[in-house]
Amino acid sequence: MNVTALAVLLGVPLWALAADEPFIITLATRAAIFALAGVGLNLALGTGGLVSLGHAAFFGIGGYAMGILASHAQAFAPIMEAPFLIEGTKSMPMIWLVAMLSSALAALAIGALSLRTSGVYFIMITLAFGQMIYYFAISWPAYGGEDGLSIYVRNEFPGLNTLVPMQFFGVCFVILCLALLLMNAIHKSAFGLALSAARQNETRVLSVGMKPYNLRLVAFVISGAVTGLAGALFADLNRFVSPTMLSWQMSGEIIIFIIIGGVGRLFGPVIGAMIFILLEHTLGGLSEFWHVYLGALLLGIVLFAKGGVIGALAGREKAHD
Amino acid sequence: MTILLFIEQMLNGLQFGVMLFLMSAGLTLVFGVMGLINLAHGSLYMVGAFAAAAVAAATGSFVLALMASLAAAALAGALIELTVIRRLYDRDHLDQVLATFALILIFSEGTRWMFGSFPLFLDVPKVLAGPVTLPGGIQYPAYRLSIIVIGLVVAAGMFALINRTRVGIRIRAGEADREMIAALGVDIAKLYTFVFALGAALAGFAGALVGAIQSVQVGMGEPVLILAFVVIVIGGIGSIKGAFVGALLVGFTDTLGRILLPQIFALFLEPSAAVSVGSALASMLIYILMAGVLVFRPRGLYGVA
Repeated sequence: MNVTALAVLLGVPLWALAADEPFIITLATRAAIFALAGVGLNLALGTGGLVSLGHAAFFGIGGYAMGILASHAQAFAPIMEAPFLIEGTKSMPMIWLVAMLSSALAALAIGALSLRTSGVYFIMITLAFGQMIYYFAISWPAYGGEDGLSIYVRNEFPGLNTLVPMQFFGVCFVILCLALLLMNAIHKSAFGLALSAARQNETRVLSVGMKPYNLRLVAFVISGAVTGLAGALFADLNRFVSPTMLSWQMSGEIIIFIIIGGVGRLFGPVIGAMIFILLEHTLGGLSEFWHVYLGALLLGIVLFAKGGVIGALAGREKAHD
Repeated sequence: MTILLFIEQMLNGLQFGVMLFLMSAGLTLVFGVMGLINLAHGSLYMVGAFAAAAVAAATGSFVLALMASLAAAALAGALIELTVIRRLYDRDHLDQVLATFALILIFSEGTRWMFGSFPLFLDVPKVLAGPVTLPGGIQYPAYRLSIIVIGLVVAAGMFALINRTRVGIRIRAGEADREMIAALGVDIAKLYTFVFALGAALAGFAGALVGAIQSVQVGMGEPVLILAFVVIVIGGIGSIKGAFVGALLVGFTDTLGRILLPQIFALFLEPSAAVSVGSALASMLIYILMAGVLVFRPRGLYGVA
């Protein structure tokens, strides 16, 4: 089934390319990017059991990393001259690196504080810190404040023309696959097993001499970095970044991708994001108020189908632990 | 800054604080008694405001509007408790977050469907429209002053209800040991519905009161909800006293921060930079306060371990 999901995600834009439907390719790119954000969160939420309601912060920070670097590059104005010169850049790999580093740093700070607590406190605190960064972005006028930041041309990747929809989709798809490979490796590693164990039974993990706090913090930082990378790609897709990317509804939506697919499943976010985009496109075309249906669907999944789509198809609520 | 302006801002902070208390009281009770995190509490705030605006537009009476807000929010609260929330008590927090997030989507878009996207306006009653002169010659809007009074009265009523009445004893017993009070013959399902509806009514009432100062619109509840979370984290989950202290702390910090920080930065920065740095920092101040409390008291000021 996992292979099928990837095949559909790759096949739809290939068909769209043949049928000359660039908009479908853009939708598939959105799905791939949302899936990447979900894959990032899934490490904290699924494997680590950390219900973060503030992951939009990392998504948005990744987006702003792109926006700030690219806007300085297009204005030919250095970001900083003293004590040393920092120039903007239009190079995607460089932007990705900065996006991941800055969102990892933010995740380190937020995680270090929030992980002192657990359960419902953790949910509220991640939500509050996410909101703090949101209000900061709104009230900080240097990079557009509430209006956000536009860039004129999509950033460059060596050897590709990223303005061609199919080529940009390819970039996002490859990154998604790499992230899935990384998560698969983490799951099988000693670290992944320990993280999963800390979710299931904290006392036992403590008693064999490992610190759940450290495990969770590392997972939270990796999770934030991957979601930040997704944010940079999303901003590049739209050539626009605004505080909306940081809003708490965004955090909720990233969780929805995971839930629709199935919590703690490697491919849960991929399937969830594809279904979300499909719903957004079809229901959004039917009614302006499609969020009502989304809400009803989500309520149904939570109350009656706990394992999400993969869980229902596999006939089992939980993945193997 | 003159002392008069300072006192006026203190009153604004107090008014903001008591409104936050009305929001936080229900949330913290619901969490303390039922162990449920309810993201849809902001939607009940919105329901109260819309009910008040609709009734005020139809009848022209502000008192009726306030009563409608209480009734509508309590009714909506009881309804979602009976249909959805009840199934969530023994689920994990992730399920609670998701289901109540789904309720927000349904409430928000449903309200947009019924009332449209344009904000409604709720007028301050004529009697309270002007300013009053306080001792010391301070001019302060009568409506805001009455919000402070109403808020403090409701807070006192809540304390009395929790600490002095039979229902209050049951609520506190429910926080401490729910199996035991069920064994003693208290209908726990009814108690839960009552607590949830009570919290909802307070949220709806706050929505109606604030709706007359700001505009009544879809999405008005969520920013307040997140502030209420900050209040609860600071005060300690489950504690009414913590919610009261936390709400006032957040109210004062936010209001005074927005006024004072730009002025403090103006002492050593040029004016435009001082305003932008000061206001950006002021918008983060309550979250920094929350982080500070967390470092020293991870369970909040009045939380039990």
